[in-house]
Amino acid sequence: MDFDLNEEQRLIKDSVERLLADRYGFEQRKAHGASERGWSADMWAQYADLGLLAMPFSADDGGMDQGPVGTMIVMEAFGRALALEPYLATVVLGGGFLRNGANAAQKADLIPQIVDGSLTLAFAQTERHSRYDLADVTTTARKDGGSYVLDGAKSVVVHGDSADKLIVTARVAGDRRDRSGIGVFLVDGNAAGVSRRGYPTQDGQRAAEVLLEGVRVEADWVIGEPENGLPLIEQVTDEAIAALCAEAVGTMSVMHETTVDYLKTRKQFGVPIGDFQVLQHRAADMFLMLEQARSMSMLATMMADEQDVAERRRSIAGAKVQIGRSGRFVGQQAVQLHGGVGMTMELAVGHYFKRVTMIDTAFGDADYHLSRLADAGGLIAA
Amino acid sequence: MDLAFTKEEQAFREEVRTFFHENIPADIHAKMIDQHSLEKQDLVTWQRILNAKGWAVPHWPVEYGGTGWDPIKLYIFWEEMQQTPAPQPLQFGVHMVGPVIATFGNEAQKQRFLPRIANLDDWWCQGFSEPGAGSDLASLRTKAVRDGDHYVVNGQKTWTTLAQHADWIFCLVRTNPDVKKQVGISFLLIDMKTPGIEVRPIQTIDGGKEVNEVFFTDVRVPVENLVGEENRGWDYAKFLLGNERSGIARIGISKQRIRRIKELAGQEFYGSAPMIENQRFREKLAAVEVELKALEMTQLRVVAAEAKRGDKGKPDPASSILKIKGSELQQATTELLMEVVGPYALPFQPGLVEGSNEPPIGMDWAATAAPTYFNWRKVSIYGGSNEIQKNIIAKAILGL
Ligand SMILES: Cc1cc2nc3c(=O)[nH]c(=O)nc-3n(C[C@H](O)[C@H](O)[C@H](O)COP(=O)(O)OP(=O)(O)OC[C@H]3O[C@@H](n4cnc5c(N)ncnc54)[C@H](O)[C@@H]3O)c2cc1C
Repeated sequence: MDFDLNEEQRLIKDSVERLLADRYGFEQRKAHGASERGWSADMWAQYADLGLLAMPFSADDGGMDQGPVGTMIVMEAFGRALALEPYLATVVLGGGFLRNGANAAQKADLIPQIVDGSLTLAFAQTERHSRYDLADVTTTARKDGGSYVLDGAKSVVVHGDSADKLIVTARVAGDRRDRSGIGVFLVDGNAAGVSRRGYPTQDGQRAAEVLLEGVRVEADWVIGEPENGLPLIEQVTDEAIAALCAEAVGTMSVMHETTVDYLKTRKQFGVPIGDFQVLQHRAADMFLMLEQARSMSMLATMMADEQDVAERRRSIAGAKVQIGRSGRFVGQQAVQLHGGVGMTMELAVGHYFKRVTMIDTAFGDADYHLSRLADAGGLIAA
Repeated sequence: MDLAFTKEEQAFREEVRTFFHENIPADIHAKMIDQHSLEKQDLVTWQRILNAKGWAVPHWPVEYGGTGWDPIKLYIFWEEMQQTPAPQPLQFGVHMVGPVIATFGNEAQKQRFLPRIANLDDWWCQGFSEPGAGSDLASLRTKAVRDGDHYVVNGQKTWTTLAQHADWIFCLVRTNPDVKKQVGISFLLIDMKTPGIEVRPIQTIDGGKEVNEVFFTDVRVPVENLVGEENRGWDYAKFLLGNERSGIARIGISKQRIRRIKELAGQEFYGSAPMIENQRFREKLAAVEVELKALEMTQLRVVAAEAKRGDKGKPDPASSILKIKGSELQQATTELLMEVVGPYALPFQPGLVEGSNEPPIGMDWAATAAPTYFNWRKVSIYGGSNEIQKNIIAKAILGL
């Protein structure tokens, strides 16, 4: 067992961290966020140059073959910088569908475009009443000759407003919450019948409401089996959850470091507030929650491509529970220990708090996964 | 021991509840229910409705507009107002500077300021905190130097809530730098229109603009605006903060929010059943209700003891319990609402929070859930942070 990064991984980590340290300060991030897309096309090009957009793809597909650990390294660094670019949406989710579900022709067409930075994607899954249930799909895909016609509405599609293509889940058969009958379709963002309403999100990113009205998708652009796409969707969202866990660990680390620094520098009653033992213990509790989260993020990374599906799903659920709980505690305490300034937009800490809060609501919050895990028998076999 | 409210108290509750529901303007009521931001005018309108009824400042001495109700009736009154839900009166006047002036001010100050506070003719803000003086308030450095019949004030206040609307600010200022820090502080009333005052907004993490920095440069304040005696300001501030703490439990607000959460969780589906039928969610909600009930009983014990002693205004150290638990429970309700909202916590719709009629993303009540959760982190920071309250319990109650 070895928790240390190998030489190659270390190089990747150093280079992404260096890039973000140079180009993603708090003020620079503000400028990136204020642009029309809500993220920096220039940074995206730099990620492409560094090979970050190639990270999870196999060498045969033109990728760097870095697997879930590579994703973990990048996402943790993105969490530390609060990076706004659609890496999760494009490389982890979009790339995940291609890696796990696409045929050779689809891969050959699209992966190179992701890798060179010319294609962005977004995952259009959530619907008005689906909450976190991946099988709760009412958007329909009706077979019509050699193509499908999609109708429905997708909600809170992260980066859905700027994405070149959308990965849409839609039902070819079955009732609303049936596990079978859900397909995965690749839809051009500007295709006839697609309308998108973009908006900012609480954590400074962007999302969209997507309306699909008679959108025609050629059979070539169905990913995987249209009758049975759910296992693929679950595999990819589990990978995305693992990535989000790593991002959350990055955000929590910064909140913890910033808070400890603040305890050393902020003076009240003539002493640094870090002299008060109750605050020392609080910072220690934050550290403990952070390290528990880091450990579960590593578990999630390790299990993201586990072949035993039930085992994978349980571990990922467990990790999301820990991340949600740790994120809440670390975020709330970071604000609390900063006092009034922690409540302001001017200080970075509040922005980290908001991001980690929103990570909890992505792909199922802590309670959702706790129920799922309990229903699946927990993490320790009886 | 008789733990029930008397018949008379129950009738009183009915009376105030009916009055609130019949008299709150519908638009203000709707904003309160959806937690939309209130305009200055909304608070003014509501305060004047109360004032016309003689209920603007029920806790003040009768000669200045008080109703003479005992602490139990006062508790019922505020609780019902919170549960309506109706806007809380602007606390800086009604709960803070008003009682200070009524207790320590001279007759001229009482005549001049109290009726205008009761009618919200003057909007007050609180100038206590400074960048370097938060929890350690007594270390404040804004100074006031006597010059003939004026004080000349220089320095900076911060976190000044709603100063952007204010006509007046009450400030703690240092009038004697050469003595122990608590005994060189005075309590000054300053007209915000005086030359040399500058207000700069601070944006809070939810996107709101409720706090400000206030800068004072050679601001000349007539000595007649000194409350009580020079260098006794710390005593008045302690009196004021004690009042602030006992009101801060805001149990009525938490009760109303829980009702609202139940209503919304009954509408919102979780799988094939409404969220309220989700066992885990129900149990979490019930757990908060248990704690809230306990806090309500604690609050009533404090109130009843106060009624018996008859020494209104002297804060019970147990009010620190009310502050800590009250703020934690208010925060817990904001977390529960976030859970009901689920994925729809994500869209940032500041226009909707301010009450515009742009089409909402998801449920039409979702927009305020996350901002309220973020914003409500403040309640464990201000009014004496929860850590400071625990220090008070440890020292004043436990003798540690
Ligand atoms: C939204 C908002 C509105 C406000 N409105 C007003 C207003 O209108 N007027 C006004 O005057 N002020 C206002 N305040 C200021 C508020 O009272 C202060 O923020 C509060 O007193 C804490 O001070 P601080 O922010 O400087 O934090 P600090 O005092 O620097 O505290 C930082 C952290 O250290 C902890 N700490 C400090 N000392 C100790 C100790 N001895 N033992 C253990 N822990 C300790 C605190 O609990 C906190 O967690 C407002 C604050 C907020 C957030």
